[in-house]
Amino acid sequence: MGYPHPPHAKETIVLSQYFGDAEARTHAGWVKRGGYEALRKVLAMEPAGVVDAVKESGLRGRGGAGFPTGLKWSFMPKEKTRPHYLCCNADESEPGTFKDREIMRWTPHALIEGCAIAQYAIQAEITYIYIRGEFTEPLRVMEAALAEAYREGVLGDNAMGSGKRLDMYIHKGAGAYICGEETALMNSIEGRRGNPRIKPPFPAASGVFGRPTTINNVETLAAVPHIINRGAEWYKGLCLANPKSVGTKLFSVCGHVQRPGNYEVTMGVPLADLIYDLCGGVPEGRSLKACIPGGSSVPILNREETEACKLDYEGCVEQGTMLGSGGVIVFDDSADMVYQVMRLARFYAHESCAQCTQCREGTAWTVRILERILAGQGESKDLDLLLDLAEQMTGKTICVLSDSCAAPVVSGIKKFRSEFEAYIVGKPSVAAVG
Amino acid sequence: MEATGKYAPIFVGEKKSELENILERYPTKQAALLPALWIVQNERGWISDDAMAEVAAVLEITAAYVKGVVSFYTMYHQHPVGRTFVQICTTTPCNLCGAEEVVRSFLEHTGCGELGATSPDGGFTVIEVECLGACGFATPVMLNEDFLEDITPDKVPALVAKYRSGAAI
Amino acid sequence: MAEQELVTVTIEGVEIQVPKGITILEAAKRAGVLIPHYCYHPGLPIAGVCRMCLVQVEGAPKLAIGCATQVADGQVVNVFVDEAEKARQSVLEFLLINHPLDCPICDQAGECELQDYVFQEGRARSRYGEYPKRFSPVEDFGGDVLYVPNRCILCTRCVRFMDHVAEESVLNVSERGDRAFIGIHPDAELDHPWAGNVVDLCPVGSLLSKDTLHKARAWELDKTPGICTSCSQGCNINLDTRNDVVVRLRPRSNDAVNRFFMCDHGRHSYRWFNRGDRIEAPLVKRGSTLVATDWDYAIAELATLIKGVRGKGIALVSPNTSNETLYLAKRLFANLDWHGVFRVERVDGDVPLNGVPNLALRRERAANVVGATSLGYQEAFEKAVETISDAALLLIVDDLLEGIEATILSQAENLIYLGTVLPDVARGAAVVLPTSNVAEEDGTLVNRDARVQRYLQAKAPPGMARPGWWILDEVLAELGDGTPLGSAGAVFEAMAASESGFSGLSYEKLGLRGEVLNQTPVATT
Repeated sequence: MGYPHPPHAKETIVLSQYFGDAEARTHAGWVKRGGYEALRKVLAMEPAGVVDAVKESGLRGRGGAGFPTGLKWSFMPKEKTRPHYLCCNADESEPGTFKDREIMRWTPHALIEGCAIAQYAIQAEITYIYIRGEFTEPLRVMEAALAEAYREGVLGDNAMGSGKRLDMYIHKGAGAYICGEETALMNSIEGRRGNPRIKPPFPAASGVFGRPTTINNVETLAAVPHIINRGAEWYKGLCLANPKSVGTKLFSVCGHVQRPGNYEVTMGVPLADLIYDLCGGVPEGRSLKACIPGGSSVPILNREETEACKLDYEGCVEQGTMLGSGGVIVFDDSADMVYQVMRLARFYAHESCAQCTQCREGTAWTVRILERILAGQGESKDLDLLLDLAEQMTGKTICVLSDSCAAPVVSGIKKFRSEFEAYIVGKPSVAAVG
Repeated sequence: MEATGKYAPIFVGEKKSELENILERYPTKQAALLPALWIVQNERGWISDDAMAEVAAVLEITAAYVKGVVSFYTMYHQHPVGRTFVQICTTTPCNLCGAEEVVRSFLEHTGCGELGATSPDGGFTVIEVECLGACGFATPVMLNEDFLEDITPDKVPALVAKYRSGAAI
Repeated sequence: MAEQELVTVTIEGVEIQVPKGITILEAAKRAGVLIPHYCYHPGLPIAGVCRMCLVQVEGAPKLAIGCATQVADGQVVNVFVDEAEKARQSVLEFLLINHPLDCPICDQAGECELQDYVFQEGRARSRYGEYPKRFSPVEDFGGDVLYVPNRCILCTRCVRFMDHVAEESVLNVSERGDRAFIGIHPDAELDHPWAGNVVDLCPVGSLLSKDTLHKARAWELDKTPGICTSCSQGCNINLDTRNDVVVRLRPRSNDAVNRFFMCDHGRHSYRWFNRGDRIEAPLVKRGSTLVATDWDYAIAELATLIKGVRGKGIALVSPNTSNETLYLAKRLFANLDWHGVFRVERVDGDVPLNGVPNLALRRERAANVVGATSLGYQEAFEKAVETISDAALLLIVDDLLEGIEATILSQAENLIYLGTVLPDVARGAAVVLPTSNVAEEDGTLVNRDARVQRYLQAKAPPGMARPGWWILDEVLAELGDGTPLGSAGAVFEAMAASESGFSGLSYEKLGLRGEVLNQTPVATT
């Protein structure tokens, strides 16, 4: 499978440098490209020093929450009295997001190196890489790379001859979006239903098997070797707007664009550049209507907001949305926003774990109301009902799946109310697409 | 389809060793549950109540517990499925790119008629799934363990023919 | 014991000091505020899933669940404030979208926490409209339990009970989202000896007892505190009666004995309370037959008989007899060389509820062995039977005399029978006096851990039957011991004054939690 595009001038190629380069998948090929130098360096450092370096770099979690990575690592107990664990979250299931699969299938050793550095920093002897079950190629590639890493002595009881034990295992998921939530991921590793846990306790205090655990996203971990190699200052320098949002981000662009794919840009790039320049804009003869910049769980932006939005954590918040996972879903004027909001609600209803009342019942009820509206049986009070349900589904549950269902509903009704109302008076404004 | 009659255990010989290796990765036996269930499904194509009872016995947990876990994860089948199990993503990004047309095409050409049903010749079961994490390569389709991308309705007839005849990609 | 650190919290305007580390929900109870909740139960691990206990904590950005949030010093919690009430109202609305309007046919009606909170805080009308409700047929889980999936609110109390308290994971949550339900493996049954507790734990009418299915409406039932007599654990229970018939037994909470639970064996052993073949009138022998008479006459006759008796006396008692009856029975033998005995059914082993320390269906299948022993009775039934021919007075208290021949009994000079049912072999008795059973009187029993516990009268005894202690009290009064003590409490006080095992105890202070005897009981198992 070919990598979709040659590097674009507006990209900053760091993580995606070897996408499409088959040799980079092998240990030998990776080493030839400078791989595992960072790990070698780290193994001669104190774990606390590694944590400090990552803290200094300003790296923030790329899975969706944007939590400062070094700070998260520092929550782990300094005095190790029980086994520590690192979990790599490769469950990538947020609609619109498809970057972690690329990192794994093109540069598996990048991830292995990143995990090894991270687990060393947090004094974890074991990393579980939780890969969703549907990712057949990434699973195959990662298993092969892991086997190589062990054979070459990178991992194992004597990692790179350091005398330190670094073990890494793949744990294959079995089809549940909610297992991308960090506490549900831990439950899934433990052989349980993927139910999120109430917090406190937090993973660094009591995580997988009740022991101190850190969970990081694939993209976050893949950035770590670069920070070690080129320094925290270099990473901090990769910034176009807000100094709190640094580094590069792989944005997965999909939907109504001419050139969908993953694009690696420096934080702060305008969303308009990403859509119009890098991706060639919407299909010929169409115009941009809406965009979700951070995976389906963040509020929808209308055209004006999309074109004003800077792609970093703060920039997205300014436009009333969030950077999230960076899964950019583009809607042109042929999109039926009502149908797509329903389809998103249906996604959340299917994925709800069933613990919390608001989520379990509310997501399904939301779908039913939207389906009825689409079938021409909606009433105007249905919109108020949807908004009221969304409010009661926000901020009241164990995890944010419930809030994530509410986000497209609220933003969809707020910004595309006329489309909803058209269904209600019986004349949809666009032909239903899909 | 599993033959009626006595249930033949899976975790003997090679599979038993495989599971024992897996058990070494975790401090509890229960943690090997998802890997064990994958072994069962890879061997038998689905996970029967008897298989759940075997897994339970091997991991020293209850069959009811195993069933609760199996029923949570959508990739585990609790009933036999067609020889080719087809999963098509129709979540919003793919939906915008014509995924539902791909579904209709598959239903037509496999003869399944409706989602979740197995075709009369036992060759296919087609279902819609949620985001497969390949949104930029719409529409992704999984046929058993083969993950294909950029599937459009026009590619479907040839694909179905290929899988019906048993030829792998 | 170290002093526990206290924190100050204000809940609904009431400032209280509570131990650091307890949850807002538990602290609220101490402030007299009940935060509505479903999945939380003090006997189960915290789940935090129902979201019903959402409360406002001043200064916090979001509502917090009271069941899982620890109190912090200086915290101000508001329960009945708009934001929290709206949230809880929405939880109820969400629960009701699929929950069927089954109240008219649902056993739980009248004691249903969904009804209660909807009435207290819910919407008058649902906005769910004409969408169909999720439907699944009723399932038989095995044992005594039926599962009605349509009514289930997925609080998971039943699953957590089986997992963590019964320690037999036979229930699960199956599927995901609004398709979820409580499942069981097809090869499994819910026949664990303590499984009946899930019916009590279920806040709604989703888990039902087959035994009591459609028997009575909750509001028709009177509820009386009692003690289970099926074994020596002494679980605290409530007897639910309707029109003087015991319909159901349920556990009553007592942290020191049974926490919140009772076993299925005890739970289902209530039918004998309602037996119809009772002795209903005092009987005295005339010639070769027993003739019914009134209490005055029977008591006078028994007193006369006792007055004239000298020599050896034997009391064969049931180990389920109350302390009051046992104590006064002993006093009846004041002028005799007395031997009081009982026999106990013992089975192979205890059936513990693993998740609760020191709680089991005990192998010793009687409730007052320790009480009887403390009062000087011995487990030497067979030996005593061998000496019946020496007995000038043989008093039987509610033993059905299985395995004893009438010819043996007739060897005693005088045979007196006090009991609920008259076995044929005892028909040669001089006097037969009908007693109430444990559901029909007040009294105390001592469990295997030497805890004296009160039980209260739940229904009227049939016919002219009276408590054993009352009969003996009247006889002793007639024999010149003074005026009758007149009440179970007065008998207890007299017993505490003269029996070293019971000294220092008071009937009033026993309350409904009981108190421990001040001596180590003789090990009986």
